[in-house]
Amino acid sequence: MIRFDNVSKVYPKQTRPALRDVSLEVEKGEFVFLVGSSGSGKSTFLRLILREERCSHGQVHVLGKDLARLSNWKVPQMRRQLGTVFQDFRLLPNKTVAENVAFAQEVIGKSKGEIRKSVPQVLDLVGLGGKEERMPGELSGGEQQRVAIARAFVNRPKLLIADEPTGNLDPQTSVGIMKLLDRINRTGTTVVMATHDQNIVDQMRKRVIELEKGRLVRDQARGVYGYQH
Amino acid sequence: MRAQFVLSEIGVGLRRNLTMTFAVIVSVALSLALFGGSLLMSDQVNTMKGYWYDKVNVSIFLCNKSDAESDPNCAKGAVTDDQKKQIKADLDKMDVVQKVTYESQDDAYKHYKEQFGDSPLASSLTPDQMQESYRIKLKDPEKYQVIATAFDGRDGVQSVQDQKGILDNLFGLLNGMNWAARAVMALMLVVALMLIVNTVRVSAFSRRRETGIMRLVGASGFYIQAPFIMEAAVAGLIGGTVACGFLVIARYFIIDHGLDLSHKLNLINFIGWDAVLTKLPLILATSLLMPALAAFFALRKYLKV
Repeated sequence: MIRFDNVSKVYPKQTRPALRDVSLEVEKGEFVFLVGSSGSGKSTFLRLILREERCSHGQVHVLGKDLARLSNWKVPQMRRQLGTVFQDFRLLPNKTVAENVAFAQEVIGKSKGEIRKSVPQVLDLVGLGGKEERMPGELSGGEQQRVAIARAFVNRPKLLIADEPTGNLDPQTSVGIMKLLDRINRTGTTVVMATHDQNIVDQMRKRVIELEKGRLVRDQARGVYGYQH
Repeated sequence: MRAQFVLSEIGVGLRRNLTMTFAVIVSVALSLALFGGSLLMSDQVNTMKGYWYDKVNVSIFLCNKSDAESDPNCAKGAVTDDQKKQIKADLDKMDVVQKVTYESQDDAYKHYKEQFGDSPLASSLTPDQMQESYRIKLKDPEKYQVIATAFDGRDGVQSVQDQKGILDNLFGLLNGMNWAARAVMALMLVVALMLIVNTVRVSAFSRRRETGIMRLVGASGFYIQAPFIMEAAVAGLIGGTVACGFLVIARYFIIDHGLDLSHKLNLINFIGWDAVLTKLPLILATSLLMPALAAFFALRKYLKV
């Protein structure tokens, strides 16, 4: 699903690489936590998967494709198989819940009939059935993140990237979001989640990848957040 | 692509940027109206050239008895028959000459009477005060100088006159005005393009949330850019339509009605409606493509796809 071979990333005008010689593989259907302090390279790691950036050295394979050799105009096709969720939800404030989710389908040219069918389905899945016509501003943070997850999942991606999805939520709401992500993972979708939330990582007992100053320092099956050396 | 979605995006974009859109429309309209106006001006000058050059002659005026007394060019006396024969023979030998007609004193008197019959001056004039002349039609009206060098100062020749010289001053003025209009047009065009680039930038910035999400869910570059490009194209097309309206109204009021030059200046052959109408598609196409291209290049800079 994802394979990094000796990947390094140096941003222009910076001497210290954001990622240094990272090699790892994520299999189909896995649930992976990506941990590390701020500036450890988590965001760069995710941006490389999304091909927002290209790596400086090494190779990044996502969904069997070598991203370095993927031409620009094929990137949108690749991204349609990925879903993305962020800490700040990134909803459109002037569209209703249903419209926000439908937007992700409209802009890739899905038919109206298809949208009418899949939007209520995915809103039920994330537990927002009946709130289709609400505006994002009327919803709680947890509900807004559910809308964002619905939007990321509505096109049935093979891989879901979550960048600190619980960063703005209280612990109880976070648990709800994690249950939802777990449910999505059980449908066969691979999930890669960057997080600072110790409780969640410790509770879920999934694979943990830790980055420190751009290096891969830990890759542990059924790991915990703070690894005692 | 779903047309309805794109159309609603364009509408939202144009309304959000109403003042900028208005500025784009006005500047496109003005620059293209000037563009069309300068094209029509060239047409008008060419029409007039064709009309007038057809009628202008080079005239060789010959000395008469009264010139012999007053004009230093005619100091050697009135023109003789031998001199006239020689001039005619020389003219016939010249390649640049298309046709030569001889105007006698009586002919000149008759023409003068026709033109100025009622003036008091005409009644005091007699045929032998008129000048004989050769009227020469040139194959190429520009070759006047050949005739002038050959006959100016020859015995019996009072002067060589080129009517085209008078017209050239007029055409020179019209051409000068035309170039001035083009310079203003070029300036307006630059302003219009800068406005479009800026409008697209503001538009892209105010919609960065949408475009960011579109990128993430895998919308194609074309899908993301199309609303911005069409927005610029629609604003441009409105401006182009206004410019076309200007031209039609200008033709209508200046030539046919209002100023009514076609009747007041009936010596001038004016351009017809066909000249105006053939310019309109060009102006509309420019108004559509130019802003679209400007937007496309602006987006490469301001909108990461």
